[in-house]
Amino acid sequence: MSVDLSQFIPTFLEESFEGLELMESSLLDLDGCDEETINAIFRAAHSIKGGAGTFGFNAVSEFTHIAETLLDEMRSGRRSVESDLVNLLLESVDCIRSLLEAARDGVECDDPQIDTVAARLKAALDATAPADEQPTIEAEPESAAAVNSGWRIEFIPQAQMLETGNEPLMMFQALADLGELTVEVVLDQLPDFSELVPQTLYLQWQLSVAGDCTEADIREVFEWVEDECELTVEPLTSPSAIQAEPSEVTQAESPESATKNPPEPPAVTESAAEPATVPAKAATPKRKAPAESSSIRVDIDKVDALINRVGELVITQSMLSQVGHQVADMEHPATESLYAGLSQLERNTRDLQEEVMRIRMLPISFVFNRFPRMVHDISGKLGKQVELKLSGEQTELDKTVMEKIGDPMVHLVRNSLDHGLENPDERREAGKEECGTVQLNAYHQGGYIVIEISDDGRGLNTQRILEKAVDKGLVPADNQLSEREINELVFMPGFSTADEVSDLSGRGVGMDVVRRNIESLGGHVSVKSEQGVGSTFSISLPLTLAILDGQLIRVGEQETCVIPLVSIVESQQVNAGAMKPMAGQESLYRFRDEYIPLIHLQQLFQLPGKVSALDNCLLVIVEASGTKVGLLVDELLGQQQVVIKSLESNYRRVQGLSGATILGDGSVALIIDIAGVVKMGLDNDSRKALKHHNSQRELLEEARV
Amino acid sequence: MSNVDALDTPAMELASVDEAALPRRQYLTFMLAGEEYALDILWVQEIRGWCRATRVPNSAEFMCGVINLRGAIIPIIDLRIRFGLPRQEYSPTTVVVVLRVCTDGKERIMGVVVDAMAETYNIPDNAILPSPQVCGVMDPEFVQGLVTVEDKMVVVLDVDALLSTPELALDSASDTDN
Repeated sequence: MSVDLSQFIPTFLEESFEGLELMESSLLDLDGCDEETINAIFRAAHSIKGGAGTFGFNAVSEFTHIAETLLDEMRSGRRSVESDLVNLLLESVDCIRSLLEAARDGVECDDPQIDTVAARLKAALDATAPADEQPTIEAEPESAAAVNSGWRIEFIPQAQMLETGNEPLMMFQALADLGELTVEVVLDQLPDFSELVPQTLYLQWQLSVAGDCTEADIREVFEWVEDECELTVEPLTSPSAIQAEPSEVTQAESPESATKNPPEPPAVTESAAEPATVPAKAATPKRKAPAESSSIRVDIDKVDALINRVGELVITQSMLSQVGHQVADMEHPATESLYAGLSQLERNTRDLQEEVMRIRMLPISFVFNRFPRMVHDISGKLGKQVELKLSGEQTELDKTVMEKIGDPMVHLVRNSLDHGLENPDERREAGKEECGTVQLNAYHQGGYIVIEISDDGRGLNTQRILEKAVDKGLVPADNQLSEREINELVFMPGFSTADEVSDLSGRGVGMDVVRRNIESLGGHVSVKSEQGVGSTFSISLPLTLAILDGQLIRVGEQETCVIPLVSIVESQQVNAGAMKPMAGQESLYRFRDEYIPLIHLQQLFQLPGKVSALDNCLLVIVEASGTKVGLLVDELLGQQQVVIKSLESNYRRVQGLSGATILGDGSVALIIDIAGVVKMGLDNDSRKALKHHNSQRELLEEARV
Repeated sequence: MSNVDALDTPAMELASVDEAALPRRQYLTFMLAGEEYALDILWVQEIRGWCRATRVPNSAEFMCGVINLRGAIIPIIDLRIRFGLPRQEYSPTTVVVVLRVCTDGKERIMGVVVDAMAETYNIPDNAILPSPQVCGVMDPEFVQGLVTVEDKMVVVLDVDALLSTPELALDSASDTDN
């Protein structure tokens, strides 16, 4: 049976990480003895252990095994659910995750944490189980393996095992590879031929393997069916033990008999029902779960290809409706129905496009889910009581945006916990409940998703912020700033209100990084705060990175370009009186109270055609990373959402462009990268100034000669 | 946008029977200022009519711009200008040959503007002669060789060299401020 298992490893890892997330969230939800939740956690651990064993990630399976044993005891009610155990299990989730990551990268995991946690898990296990019995019984097979000449296996499969695609013959062949195999079949259950159902397995087997192999090797063969059979493996060498023990062990195997026999010490159940032989009852729901799952895994490339294709369909459809409008006046009996068909096509394509875009959309709960754990850990460390409220978890946003929003959010939540919320004492003094609240909320607003992180803590200290900003020279001391403007100061580079650097925040990654990251996604972040009542940070992000709200402009005689709407401050007619020619700069423009440089897009892009006079130009004032510039364009065309396409896939990166898009008529419009254009424009100007300077010097020198 | 499909015309057999065993390839030829140029047909993805391209800022003169090819943005290169021939006005009968090239392990699609399509030929590998050092107006590095077909000289182009010149290189290192 040589199947190349390595191809399944990525799937295994993906599922395991999901399993870990589930374990984590369920552990946090765990209050008291919720059987269903514990079962879910146990099953997740169990699948990880089984898979890891199959793929040879022994470190993972060994570690998970210990955690699983503990979970099994909790599940069967032999151990109560206590918060320190839950914390220990949460830590083991982290350990399993780092072990899995190490296995994925093919490296040895050397986190000392793992050994510590494993030891604590074992200690916790020993604490209730009679300590003297368990280790000896556990150790016995190990020591026996050394001197053992073979194994006796009792294999009692459940009747429906064949239906799950498991073939005993294959297993026996695998066993035969381990050593000399003798198979004895037990036909007790076999019914009369007339009553025989061919899909049902009536047989049981007594096998013996003579050879140099360990118990683990044998159990591995039965790994896939361990939930569907009763399996007993004993060493061959001690015939007396075999005679004496089987009945005892098989009894312990089934939970019913174990409970019927109170004198049986729990430790024996523990060792005999070693989690490899999970009682059948628990295993049944696990196998049903995948069938109920209603989602499928699809390669993201396939989805993108589909989105592209639908985009094309939309363009074709709008071409058709243009033609439809042209023939609408023609006298022909079919014109009417053509028209009706076209408008139906339009509706259907719009719907289709929306549906397809939704494939990439995931509920924001994927991001929110990591916070309960984080808040749990951090509030413990800080000695604060925190309740985390989540709302709007079902709000959907694009997968790529989701991947990038996690880190800024972690930062903001940490800030709220560390700086925002007060200590219980302070809270009591302020007349608030001791337990603080951090709320994460998400909702849609226009084409944006808004994520709010609010706390009911002390709020931003405007006085201190202003002092600090003045201290650091970020604002002049005599400036009169509104409260809102002061609050915005926290996003300035080089600003941190934390008086001392703590473990949690103030690690040099300031709010300016948060703002920059969010702005690089085309979103923005703002803060509202009331002293003593709390503060709210709201992040608004475009729903998708594949689509952009753009202002279409004409540059030169016929080129259409797109300016991202977010970077436009204002559009206006050129007021010749506001132009201030200046050496170096071709011209400066007085806009409100500041002078801004002007960039002539047509000249900058070296597009052909007559350069129109300034009077005929329009001025679009844009802002990129704090710099305002005026772009001179020939015409403003309209605003629309455009699908961003890469220029790099077939051509190359072009300075000043962030991509291209396809317009309704099928032509290509370039999307302007404002930051790039500003850089180019200013470079150009300084070059021009240099040239100007040089030519004047040359003239002077010539004059001198 | 009518696709001019020249691929259906039967390939001209120019080799005699006893040469049939020799390795041979199919070549697609096009006209440029009265001369015939050949391309390995395996590079050719499709042939289409001219449609207006969107000019790309600060690009080389031979870059006509980019067009939308069923959702992909592809660059269009005017071969006349590339080869230093006089420019010609584009019309709906101007032909764009869409080529699929592989540079640095990355597949890219590009279009080249030519005057007209000509023929497809089966040419044995050994019939392609190395080009002499002086080869008219164009850069010799684009020429893979010369072949004589029906007493005409056909220039076999090296598509890779043609489309992977620094001006089209994937990184924008070539257009840094100078």
